[in-house]
Amino acid sequence: MGLTINGLKGRGSFAHGVHPPERKSFAGDQAIEILPSPQKVVIPLLQNVGAPCVPLVKPKQIVSFGEMVGKGKAFVSAPLHAPISGSVQKQAVTNLPNGRHVKAIAIKAEGEQLEGQALWDEIYGGQWPKDNLEQYSPKQITDAIYDAGIVGLGGAAFPTHVKYIPNEKKPLDTILINGCECEPYLTSDYRLMMEAPAPVITGALLAGRATGAENIIIGVEDNKPKAVEVLREAAAGTDIKIAVLKTKYPQGSEKQLITAVLKREVPLGGLPLDVGVAVSNVGTAAAVARAVLRGKPLTHRIVSVTGAGIAKPKNLLVPIGISYGELIEYCGGLKEDAARMISGGPMMGFAFADVNLPVTKGTSGLTVLTQSEIRRAKETSCVRCGRCVDVCPMNLVPTKLALASRHKNVELAKRYKIAACFECGSCAYICPAGIPLVQLIRTGKVLVNKADK
Amino acid sequence: MAENIKKIKTAPVIHVAPSPHLSSMALTTRRMMIDVVIALIPVVLTALYVFRWYAAKQLFICIASCFAAEMIFMKMRSKAFSLNDYSATVTAIILALSLPGTAPWYVGVIASFVAIGIGKVIFGGVGMNIFNPAMVGRAFVMIAFASAMAASGYEDSASAVDAITQATPMDAFKQTGITTSLSALFWGPTNGSLGETSAFACIIGGLYLCMRRTASWEIPTGVIASVVVFAGIANLVNPQSQWTVLHHLLGGSLLFGAFFIATDPVSSPLTPKGKFIFGIGIGAFIMLLRLFSGYPEGVMFAVLLMNALTPLINRWTVPRALGEQ
Repeated sequence: MGLTINGLKGRGSFAHGVHPPERKSFAGDQAIEILPSPQKVVIPLLQNVGAPCVPLVKPKQIVSFGEMVGKGKAFVSAPLHAPISGSVQKQAVTNLPNGRHVKAIAIKAEGEQLEGQALWDEIYGGQWPKDNLEQYSPKQITDAIYDAGIVGLGGAAFPTHVKYIPNEKKPLDTILINGCECEPYLTSDYRLMMEAPAPVITGALLAGRATGAENIIIGVEDNKPKAVEVLREAAAGTDIKIAVLKTKYPQGSEKQLITAVLKREVPLGGLPLDVGVAVSNVGTAAAVARAVLRGKPLTHRIVSVTGAGIAKPKNLLVPIGISYGELIEYCGGLKEDAARMISGGPMMGFAFADVNLPVTKGTSGLTVLTQSEIRRAKETSCVRCGRCVDVCPMNLVPTKLALASRHKNVELAKRYKIAACFECGSCAYICPAGIPLVQLIRTGKVLVNKADK
Repeated sequence: MAENIKKIKTAPVIHVAPSPHLSSMALTTRRMMIDVVIALIPVVLTALYVFRWYAAKQLFICIASCFAAEMIFMKMRSKAFSLNDYSATVTAIILALSLPGTAPWYVGVIASFVAIGIGKVIFGGVGMNIFNPAMVGRAFVMIAFASAMAASGYEDSASAVDAITQATPMDAFKQTGITTSLSALFWGPTNGSLGETSAFACIIGGLYLCMRRTASWEIPTGVIASVVVFAGIANLVNPQSQWTVLHHLLGGSLLFGAFFIATDPVSSPLTPKGKFIFGIGIGAFIMLLRLFSGYPEGVMFAVLLMNALTPLINRWTVPRALGEQ
C-alpha cells in the first residue's frame, strides 16, 4: 500500500535506516488472549524514566485490584497499582532485563479475581465516545493520567503526564500517536490497533484536548494495511489523520517519526516538545482513554510472545508484574533450539536469562530467537566502507564513535556527537565486518558521561 | 534418571548479549572482496584475450607472490595466516592488471612484496592502510624499473601479439600526436597495462560493483565528472587537439582506476559527500598530470595523492546530525 500522509509536510519516511527481516508472521494473526490471573505478581518500584516509587502498602496488607500501591515523590514519576487482588508479601528485590536491580512489591493472589472476558471488557470493552470530550478540562485529563500511573508503553516508559502538561513557553500543536511498531517480530501494537481501535482514538482525542494541540496524527507503517483500515473506520467523524509511513527501521523512533510525518527536526539534545510535538504509543493512548473516562489505572498491558524459539507465539493481555516464565509456559515453552530471550524486540531489546524477572509497564514483547537467527559475522577489521554512515538515522559516523570508544578518546567521541546516538543498532546490524558498533558506542557514552562529571 | 539427563541435554542453552540481536549477513567483508574478484572477471578475460600469455604470466606471478608475501609477513607478525578475507587476492589481481604484460617477472614479484608489505602489513594489515596497496606496489616498480614500466617497456616488437607491437594510445598521442580510434579504446585491442585497455570491460565490472553497493557510486561518478569537466575545458582552450573528452574518458587507465582502484573502501573517505570530493580530486589530478606532466598517464599518482588527503576529507565532511544547527 502506498504512503499516505494527507497533505502533511513529511515524506512518509526519514533518511537512512535499515530493513531487517520483519518476521511479524509469528504472532501477527494471533488474536489477543487473556492470560489467566497469576498466583503472584512482583511489581518493581522503578518502571519508568525518572524517580522510583515508595511503597504505600505494608506486608500482609490486603489490596484490591487497581489499588495504588506505590507512588513517586518527584514530578517525573508514575504511581503503581495492584494488577490483582491479594495480600502484600514482605519486601522483595528483583532484577530487570535491562540489568537494574530494584526493590519491588510482591502481591500474592487472594480472593476473587477479574479474569477472562470480564477483564477484557473492563479494560478495552464497552463504548468509547469520540465527542463531548470537552467536558474534561486539560487539568482533569493530566491528573487522571498521573493517577493512573501511565508511562510510554512503547518501551521508553517516560511518564505521560509530563509530556501533556501545557508548557507556556513551548506550546504543542501536534499529537503524534505512534503505531509504527518498527521493531521486527513484535505485534502487540498491531493487535491492539486491530482489536481495540476505539480507545486508541478516544485517547488520542483526549491527548489533543489536554495539550491544546490541533493536529492529531496516528502514524502506522505500510506493512499493516489492515490496521490502517480499522483505524480509519474508528476515527471516522473526527479530525484525526492516519499517516501511512514507509516500513523501515527505526521508523517508530520519535525523532524519525516526526521527520517522516511533519518534516520537522528535533534539535540535537532537545525533545519533541521543542518542535511543538508530543509522541505517544498507541497503547499509551488507549490507557489514557481508560484513565480519563473510567478512572482506571494502568494494571495490564499487551505483550507479544514471539520468535522461532517459542512453541506457540501469541499476543497476550497480561498483568504487570507477572514473570516472563509464566508467559513462556502459557505459550507452550521454549523450543529446543531457543538461544536467546529478549525483553522487547531484537533490535533494541534486552537479553536476559532468568525467567523469574517481571514484566514491566514498558515491556512490549518477549522475543525468543534461535541459534540461526542470532548468527553474526566474525568480527574483522573495519574496512571503512562507510555502510554505518549510510544507515545511521541520526546521520552520525558510527565507526568513528566506536573507534573513539575503543581508544577511550572522549574528545573525539564528543566531536562526532556521541550523545546524539539513541542506540537503534542499525550500524551494528549492517556492518560487513561484524563490528559491535552500537555496543562500543554505549561504552563510549559512559566514558563521556564520566569525563563530564 | 535417564529422563532427567535427556531433559538436560535438550534444554535450550540461553545466552545473553547486548542488542541488536540480529545482524545482516547479506554483506560481509569477505563477500565484498569476492564481489571485487567477480567484477574483475570481464577485465581479466579481456586482458587474456588481448595479451594472451603475457597476461596469464603476469597474473600468475602477482597472485603467487602476493600470497607468499602475505604468508611471510603474517608469520613475521606471528598472526594466523589466512587468505580467507580475499584481500590479498584482490590486491594481486589489481596489481597484475595495472602492470604491462611485458614487464619482466621480477617486477611483478617485487611489486607484490612492496604492495603487501609496505602497502598493507606495515600499517597493521587489512583496514589499517592509508594507501591503496596495489598502487603502492606499482608506484615502487614504476620508479625503480622505469625502463621496464615506462611506455617503451610496454612495447615488444618481437611479440606475436598484435597489440604489443604498438605504442600505448596515451603514449602514441603524447609522443607523436597519433590518435587511437574511440572504438579501439572502447573494446580494448590496444596496448597498455593489462587491465586498462578495454573501457567496456571496466564499465561492466564497475557497474556490477556499484549495483552490489560494494563500491560507492559517488567515487567513479566524481572521477568521471571531473575528468569530463577538465578535459572539456582543455578542449575548449585547445580546440584543434584530436584527443577529445571521450578519448580522455576511454583511454588510459581512467575507467579501470575509477571503478576498481579509487573505490578501495579502506583508503577512501567514509561519507557519501567525502567520497564524491575524493572522486573529483582524483579526476582533477589525473587531468593535471595528463595535460601538464611528462607522464602520459596519471591515475596511479592521482589515487595515491588523494589517499593521502583522505583523513583530511573525513575531517571536513563530518555529516550534519539530524537536528544539528
